[in-house]
Amino acid sequence: MKRVGLQLLLLCLGFVALSAQQARPLADDPELEKRVMALSNELRCLVCQNETLAASQADLAVDLRREISEQMKAGKSDKEIIAFLTARYGDFVLYRPRVTPTTYLLWFGPFALLVIGLGVLYRYLKQRRELISQEPLSPEERRRAEELLKAAPEKELA
Amino acid sequence: MSRFAIPLAVFVVLVAFLAIGLGHDPRTVPSPLINQPAPDFRLAQLHEPTKNFTAKEMRGQVWLLNVWASWCVSCREEHPLLVEIARSKAVPLYGLDYKDTREDALAWLTESGNPYLLSATDTDGRVGIDYGVYGVPETYLIDKEGVVRYKQVGPITPEILEKEILPLVKELSK
Repeated sequence: MKRVGLQLLLLCLGFVALSAQQARPLADDPELEKRVMALSNELRCLVCQNETLAASQADLAVDLRREISEQMKAGKSDKEIIAFLTARYGDFVLYRPRVTPTTYLLWFGPFALLVIGLGVLYRYLKQRRELISQEPLSPEERRRAEELLKAAPEKELA
Repeated sequence: MSRFAIPLAVFVVLVAFLAIGLGHDPRTVPSPLINQPAPDFRLAQLHEPTKNFTAKEMRGQVWLLNVWASWCVSCREEHPLLVEIARSKAVPLYGLDYKDTREDALAWLTESGNPYLLSATDTDGRVGIDYGVYGVPETYLIDKEGVVRYKQVGPITPEILEKEILPLVKELSK
């Protein structure tokens, strides 16, 4: 039991050390820091590519967050800062791709697929309905059907 | 057979797209700087810190700007080729020492040979941001009007030098 307690303590200490490393302050002003983090969350770290600028600890990400916070201090709007970054790193830095002719497929492709899928489903259902014969049973067929229905329970009992 | 024709066709198309995607290097991001004026900078020179180097003073020349650092492992891989370029005088080669210390940078050049006509020191990486640098080494080919014509992310290979850079240098020098 003592040992488990010690392990738990060590584990907690580990977490403290971890968070101490992650919580590197970007700015003294918490409002500004919030704004920097909000914008960085929309931007891709080019070094790690699958991380946001906010989450990345890569050197370049740290530099870019510093750049963003400086530009915000200088009174630039989020839009101006995004323009600054895309002029240098391209639309690739944006996690939310812009709607341009090159990204139409990306934005509207899924909806096009949905429409095509619905069309195929409609055609399939229509075809299937046509396969069901609409002719009423002839007297002979009706007699046979009744016979089969009567025979069925007996068979089951046996 | 015809039952499977459509799914098979869809599958083949999907595989083709995935194969093309696999062939792409995910680290190469298309640069918006191509065919745009190279951002100007004024930075201290590495060997003579009291002197500056500006991109503007290179107007009228086709030149290569190679972003390097003493801490950069891939730069070591690229280095022999840079020495080769410098030796052949095919195109003037200038360096941008990115986020480095002067001592480390000088030590590395002394140790392995200096292929650059001169290097500028971008200690805090701000000029790097202006150029959209995200993976050292990077190399920019800049024309007489100061327009970026080509960008290489990662080490230049002999093949890239022969097939891409040198023909472009020839064309731009006309």
